[in-house]
Amino acid sequence: MISHIVRRVLQSFAVLAAMSVLVFAGVYAVGSPMDILVNPQADQNEIARATAALGLDRPLPEQYFIFIGRALTGDLGKSFAFNVPAIGLILERMPATLELATAAMLIAVLLGIPLGLWAGLKPRSGAGKAIMAVSILGFSLPTFWVGLMLILVFSVWLGWLPTSGRGPTANLLGVPVSFLTLEGLRHLVLPTANLALFNLSLVIRLTRSGTREAIGQDYVRFARAKGLTETRVVGVHVLRNVLVPVVTVAGVEFGSVIAFAVVTESIFAWPGMGKLLIDSINVLDRPVIVAYLCIVVALFVAINLAVDLAYSWIDPRVRLGEAR
Amino acid sequence: MRRFAAEFAASRISLLGLALFSLVLLAAALAPWISPQDPYDLARLELLDSRLPPLARSAAGAIHWLGTDDQGRDMLSAILYGLRTSVAVGLLATTLALAIGVSLGLAAAWFGGWLDALVMRLADLQLSFPSILIALVLLAVLGQGVDKIIVALVAVQWATYARTARAAALVERRKEYIDAAVALALSNARIIFRHLLPNCLAPLIVLATVQIAAAITLEATLSFLGLGLPITQPSLGLLISNGFNYLLSGHYWISFFPGLALLAAVVSINLVADRLRDILDPHRRRR
Repeated sequence: MISHIVRRVLQSFAVLAAMSVLVFAGVYAVGSPMDILVNPQADQNEIARATAALGLDRPLPEQYFIFIGRALTGDLGKSFAFNVPAIGLILERMPATLELATAAMLIAVLLGIPLGLWAGLKPRSGAGKAIMAVSILGFSLPTFWVGLMLILVFSVWLGWLPTSGRGPTANLLGVPVSFLTLEGLRHLVLPTANLALFNLSLVIRLTRSGTREAIGQDYVRFARAKGLTETRVVGVHVLRNVLVPVVTVAGVEFGSVIAFAVVTESIFAWPGMGKLLIDSINVLDRPVIVAYLCIVVALFVAINLAVDLAYSWIDPRVRLGEAR
Repeated sequence: MRRFAAEFAASRISLLGLALFSLVLLAAALAPWISPQDPYDLARLELLDSRLPPLARSAAGAIHWLGTDDQGRDMLSAILYGLRTSVAVGLLATTLALAIGVSLGLAAAWFGGWLDALVMRLADLQLSFPSILIALVLLAVLGQGVDKIIVALVAVQWATYARTARAAALVERRKEYIDAAVALALSNARIIFRHLLPNCLAPLIVLATVQIAAAITLEATLSFLGLGLPITQPSLGLLISNGFNYLLSGHYWISFFPGLALLAAVVSINLVADRLRDILDPHRRRR
């Protein structure tokens, strides 16, 4: 087990190193931020001075090692546009994104499992078919268009919910969060619904197929034959079979929810790090782009590692298979 | 082939999907000839006609079935042209990704060794990050343009094909007809493309169909974010993004109808893909 953990952790570091080179080479090798940052009327000398001040006149490998050395101490450079440390900008916006992503994942799981169970237990009923139709739509509908339609229906036509921003935030352990104030909750509803839709559909599908598989199995038929109540058969015996894949997917998908928050945040002007990324790409603010990528890549590698280790702990075949 | 058609036709909803998809393709192909107006001929645009609701008549008396946008452009025409761009980009990107991914996957399976390891580690690396993140980074680096978005879409999609092709090829290469081909001393390229490839096609066809829909959606999303196609070649995503500016004042049609067109394209492709999977996947067939 320990050698498995060590090997996986080392692999994760290799991925991090590979990504840092790719990200740096990609983001720094192309395009000149000078065109955007410097006043078009600036003369040659002024441009040269600004380039030197930002360290952009040195050779690329040197820039990379300076970047890595600083990155390891948590310094990812200063934002060209805001002139404050890029990592600070990202970390400042991270709670908003994490709040949105967590809320979306909770909705997907807490709503998806019961709906999927229903669709799996009564596949021929009207409700069962309706649930599956919704889940197929959830896969096909482009997320950003759904977001616009949510705004159109619930904000413009019905006037029930706000269209943008986070609303007033309350502090929870020093971190500003929206869900503790009523106004903040109202702001949270539409972005969460938008972001949750895809994973809701995914969880419904997984739960449904898991349920259909389980109810045909001997252990469920035996539980029924013992005279257990339907609630207990479904709630304990069927559900347990369903939970393993759902929890795994929820873990893996959490990363992609954070990535897709870029779209939702742009639509609902949610002040998270995804919106910051888009704004930074538009003005070629490289340190912020790089800082975002470093943090998200690290987050991803950590999530994948955690899911993987959890898996080998639950299912010994995974690690035994590798040792063979 | 006839049995295949009959099997496909057995599901009415898939037939409907196929019909819708044909309609989408036809509309995209014929856009310049069936549009009521050339939406990018600036001389034809009247600001007087801007933001007309659906079914309204322009100052000149022409009817705008789906309304007009902020510059007085007929939405139906803009959508047909946008659909053309979206479908073309989706098809082109998928074809390129298929060619690159399948070649790499088959080569990895056939030659094994370091090539196999390299291709598969690259695929692992790519697949461990969500497609939108990779595309965003590439576009941030490359900038805007049709060629760039196609590069981004190919970079996002090749790995899935490579994995699928490799998995299928590893099964096939143990079979006797491959041994026979090797015994005949045929060249590697000939064995890979003439013998191995045709027998790995079934899962690849299913995958490619799904990926066309995914490519169209991703391109629309990136264009919506302002990072995809330039304003001179508006795809459906850009039309929707433009309509977003007028959504809050209730001018819903500028982004609603392009969204419906996008939806029609994506849903019809997914319906066809679902059916293809049911027919071509041997695991499902046995049941």
